[in-house]
Amino acid sequence: MQFRDHRLPNGLEIIAECNPDAYSAAIGFFVNTGSRDENPELAGVSHFLEHMAFKGTPTRTAADVNRELDEIGSHANAFTSEEQTVYYAAVLPEWQGRAVDILSDILRPSLRDDDFELEKQVILEEIAKYDDQPPFGAGEKCMAMHFGSHPLGQSVLGTADSVGALTPALMREYFERRYSPANIALVAAGNVDFDALVADARQRCGDWPCLPVQRNMAPVSASLGFEVISRATAAQQYVVQIADGPAIEDKDRYAGRLLATILGDESGSRFFWELVDTGLAECASITPYEFQRAGVFMTFLCCAPEDTEQNLERMYDILHEAERHGVTDAELTRAKSKVCSQVVLQGERPSNRLFSVGGSWIARREYRTVRDAVESYRAVTVAQIHELIRQYSLTRCTTVAVGPLPDLNPGRFAPPRT
Amino acid sequence: MTQEIHIEQFDNGLMLLAEPMPWLESAAFTFLVPAGCSRDPRGRSGLAGFTCEMVQRGAGTRDSRQFIEDLEMLGVDGSASVSNAHTSFSGAMPAENLEETLSIYADVVLRPHLDEEEFEDSRLVCLQEVRALEDDFAQKVMLELRRRRYPDPYGRSSQGTEESLHAIEMDDIRRFFPAFYQPRGFILGVAGKLDWPRLRQRVAQLFGGWRPAPPPEIIETPITGGYHHIPHETSQTHIGVAYPSVSYADEDYFQARGAVGILSDGMSSRLFTEIREKRGLCYSVYASCHSLQDRGSVVCYAGTTTDRAQETLDVLLHELVRLSSGIEPDELHRLKARIKSVLIMQQESSMSRSGAIASDWYFLRRARTLEEIGRIVDGLTQDSINRYLASHPPQDFTVVTLGDKQLETALAVP
Repeated sequence: MQFRDHRLPNGLEIIAECNPDAYSAAIGFFVNTGSRDENPELAGVSHFLEHMAFKGTPTRTAADVNRELDEIGSHANAFTSEEQTVYYAAVLPEWQGRAVDILSDILRPSLRDDDFELEKQVILEEIAKYDDQPPFGAGEKCMAMHFGSHPLGQSVLGTADSVGALTPALMREYFERRYSPANIALVAAGNVDFDALVADARQRCGDWPCLPVQRNMAPVSASLGFEVISRATAAQQYVVQIADGPAIEDKDRYAGRLLATILGDESGSRFFWELVDTGLAECASITPYEFQRAGVFMTFLCCAPEDTEQNLERMYDILHEAERHGVTDAELTRAKSKVCSQVVLQGERPSNRLFSVGGSWIARREYRTVRDAVESYRAVTVAQIHELIRQYSLTRCTTVAVGPLPDLNPGRFAPPRT
Repeated sequence: MTQEIHIEQFDNGLMLLAEPMPWLESAAFTFLVPAGCSRDPRGRSGLAGFTCEMVQRGAGTRDSRQFIEDLEMLGVDGSASVSNAHTSFSGAMPAENLEETLSIYADVVLRPHLDEEEFEDSRLVCLQEVRALEDDFAQKVMLELRRRRYPDPYGRSSQGTEESLHAIEMDDIRRFFPAFYQPRGFILGVAGKLDWPRLRQRVAQLFGGWRPAPPPEIIETPITGGYHHIPHETSQTHIGVAYPSVSYADEDYFQARGAVGILSDGMSSRLFTEIREKRGLCYSVYASCHSLQDRGSVVCYAGTTTDRAQETLDVLLHELVRLSSGIEPDELHRLKARIKSVLIMQQESSMSRSGAIASDWYFLRRARTLEEIGRIVDGLTQDSINRYLASHPPQDFTVVTLGDKQLETALAVP
């Protein structure tokens, strides 16, 4: 396993975790842009642009792009989050060159008007799909309330209205502003020929114009709230809660992940034993999400409407108890064992390593091996976890409930009056 | 791709299959217990799932909590599920913990406590799953589609209903467990970093003394088929279409799989191109093969907003029917490239190989190496697939929709 990196004169960084014994190679362009970098009138443009990249370039039609990605047997796709837009392909090593050729080409899309209108329909279908799917928008609504006017509160998909109002000109302007090579990393993992990767990148991306790029790094000041959205046709009640957590640069993010595992993993956690194993809830979990200079713990509850209030009280008790007394040695040991095993097992596939290596690089300019990650988890102490849970009180959170209930008593989750 | 798959049949009927993958640090196992939901008695649908929940709540020397805590300490990423034919337990872990993990799961399938105190909690867990399904429209459509496409008990889903789950008593579990948690028909697949002689010996110790029982016969009822609409206030109309195909055990399976690949594998496949790329009708659209031991289906899904649902169904059915006019050589060329990379990348995952060899044994009474599958795929030609399609044209469609409005299905129902 060898880490290599190189920077082109226009600022494009090329990094790879090379493993000559791997069966495959995974290659991706990681663009440091997402819904966080949109202003409200552009809501959804990062994600829409990600779709448009596959709709063709000056030398390829949309059908060419799809056909060529299939010809090399690639498993290619893309995703957009709050802070990243990633275009990737997992291929057999012999197809590395063609994968780089196609991916680098679609990073300079034509954004043709007729393709734009057609693909807009697909995006509107995607929005409708999520509208039909639990937790019926509760996650996005909760992020919006928690982050308030901070751009991290903006939805990745946007709304039917905001996407409907987007134009090719607005998208082009956004593209030029965000897709500067200084804001992109070409990342590879697995059986990679790094010298060829650099040579191909130089030839295909070397002339991309470099423009200065900035991200709004304004500090977050979370606003707590409690809202119930009635959806009479739903069978279950869904509750999403968001509390502050470690940011992606913070060393205590490892402790944060272990804490979420102990309190809210889908199996074996305190939430699990109290709520899921007993059949009081279908699901009760905590997941950490890390962003630049901000982070959250997201709690999710799905249960019968009539049990919701009591389940929320039970969750409050569990969180409050952890704030007062911390966690036990045995719990931490088990959580480490579970999390480290997952890190190692996932690391066996280059297509998984790509996202760890690339995500870490564009957020922190840092390369960490699987072993580095395991050691960071192993080093966390019970005292650090206790310190963390005092610093980020999980009971101080924003709550959004969606389901058949017209109203819900916030109980002790009621936000403080301002 | 050189591979070796070790196979051992024990006197009591239990099958062990193992594929060493010495380049990995992990190992994975798949238990297929012949206790699928096709065995649920009348009026007790959901019993296999209920039993699956109960056996994990205390077994051997461990109670429910110790069971989960010990698996966590061993770093086991495990899961359990119920299909029509099997209850399966599977997991991946650091290779050095394989033997200990197998001994824990041996307790689960051989010596569960079936403790009455865990009974009501288990029922609640099963009821939660039924209620959650009410909100998952895509899955609801696909389950209803299967129910109509196959005769009962092959079309049923494992969840049961609120009513049937309420009817289940502790005695039902006590009868179901010894009848179907048994070595005849039990398949254990293991893959990853492993030592075959040691594994064989350990499995013999763990399961050798298990006594087989004769499995009861399954009685089929006729197929419903046709078109069924589930009215529901939704943003999208969820469309499921199924038609008869062959089983994985059939010698023509890869011809059928190839044809479905042309429809749905990759972004240049026909459904993606015609429905999403050219018309922008859907975000999600796919087709896939579904196999039972002696029969199979192709199942398709599309989700689209209500006023475009009719067009989506029309284009989908048109593409299915058009398939029987044949495929093109470049379509097959791309499909082969994709399948080849899937096969090679399977060598990066002990979990996917342990599941594949166990499932192979169920369907074929042997296991295919990746090399053998590679040769079969190389042998597919435009002619062979077209010949298959000429004798098995997509027809006799079963259609289920969920949404605001019922659709017209002139093509679907003869």
